[in-house]
Amino acid sequence: MGADALFKTPLHALHAGLGAHMAPFAGYDMPINYPAGVLAEHLHTRKEAGLFDVSHMGQAEIAGPDHATLAAFLETLCPADILNLAPGRQRYTQFLNERGGIIDDLMVARPPRADGALRLVVNAARKAVDLALLAERLPAAMRLTPLADAALIALQGPRAAETLARLAPSEGIETMPFMSAKPARIADLEIFISRSGYTGEDGYEVSLPAAQAETFARLILSQPGVAPIGLGARDSLRLEAGLCLYGHDLDETTDPIEAALTWSIQKRRRVAGGFPGAGRIAHALANGPARLRVGIRPDGRAPAREGTDIVAPEGAKIGVVTSGGFGPSVGAPVAMGYVERSHADIGTTVNLVVRGKRLPARIVPPPFYPHHYYRG
Amino acid sequence: MAEIRYTKDHEYIRVEGDEGVVGISDYAQKQLGDVVFAEPPPVGRKLNAGEAAAVVESVKAASDVFAPVSGEVVAVNSEVESSPGIINEDALGRGWLFRIKLANRDDLSALMDEAAYADYLKTLD
Repeated sequence: MGADALFKTPLHALHAGLGAHMAPFAGYDMPINYPAGVLAEHLHTRKEAGLFDVSHMGQAEIAGPDHATLAAFLETLCPADILNLAPGRQRYTQFLNERGGIIDDLMVARPPRADGALRLVVNAARKAVDLALLAERLPAAMRLTPLADAALIALQGPRAAETLARLAPSEGIETMPFMSAKPARIADLEIFISRSGYTGEDGYEVSLPAAQAETFARLILSQPGVAPIGLGARDSLRLEAGLCLYGHDLDETTDPIEAALTWSIQKRRRVAGGFPGAGRIAHALANGPARLRVGIRPDGRAPAREGTDIVAPEGAKIGVVTSGGFGPSVGAPVAMGYVERSHADIGTTVNLVVRGKRLPARIVPPPFYPHHYYRG
Repeated sequence: MAEIRYTKDHEYIRVEGDEGVVGISDYAQKQLGDVVFAEPPPVGRKLNAGEAAAVVESVKAASDVFAPVSGEVVAVNSEVESSPGIINEDALGRGWLFRIKLANRDDLSALMDEAAYADYLKTLD
């Protein structure tokens, strides 16, 4: 696909002006890194604050007659408890197929005071699939509105809260707990903000009209300690945080139990089911999955990339790496992958086959770098 | 004065007598970004020109380093294994990867000199 065929986010000109190295990602021409480079951008985000353009992601609103009716509909597609999602709260879940495989993973936010409105954020590469699924299943009394004209900008890192609070002192942004969401006003711009992200750091994701995105981004970038961060560092940050990347760690052949996302299926749903693949998932919950997503720490310095075979010490293949690389904050290689459950216990020694050599590694619990979420 | 030659894959070899010091060019280290891992070949390994000899990896990706000439590895830079970032800081100096004893000096004639390599870089976007 030529560069002309790629979509551009509302911040495309800003990235070019900042000297970004651009490359295609999920059909968009996206900044992979800026002149500082992936390593410096990664470390900056952990120490100060990083601004990420994630406008390629899909945003949509669904509306229904009331929350219970709308939640009942969404619960036919995903295994999270949406009914008990309180106003002003956000939840992570997955759209599932009939085999319990993951069609996409997403965030669902219920705006404060909303009784019959939810906001969704889905993966860029899956938004067409997700919107088609929603449109096909949507009951007549409900409405799906893709927010195609909305930008999404993440501000992540220990200085994210003070930065936004400085610009909007009376909006209560600093005291928002992790996974809360609400509309707010920052420097005369109307935004929808959630305290969440994809780095393991404290931070926010801000949705706002495309026409105002560059003004907002430039204002944030002018604040002390804020630097632009590309998708390269976004990937190494989420890997260290043990967060899954759709199309790599999750796909239609993986279910949430083997993906170690059981925490995202609340008890009411585990008991009552009623979502696609509920039977297979109940079976996996009762008997344990055949394979499990685990964290892997190579003993040496060689990174094990996606697709690396994982073998038992006696030589049999027991799994495969789905995300792997060097963790700049860990200062060592880190990886995630699926292994047979008999080899999934913490501390188990496995071998990674890198360029024909068997390199020793250990199964460890993710995250590789501690989360710094603001719990209030 | 030691002569330096480059490959189209951006390896360099600095010829010193019947041996050469091999690494990746400054252009290559810039393209790769922050190097976080480097694995030179073992001493004693016999390489054919064009054969994958070493590996350098950035945060994002792994790249093979190909032998610019045929010969035997006579020394490796252990400093790049412990501090791979020196490849970014000084690719042509402290960031060298290995030393090779040339099997055939004629191999050098297939490589570009400094001026030809500079012209070649201009042809790449």
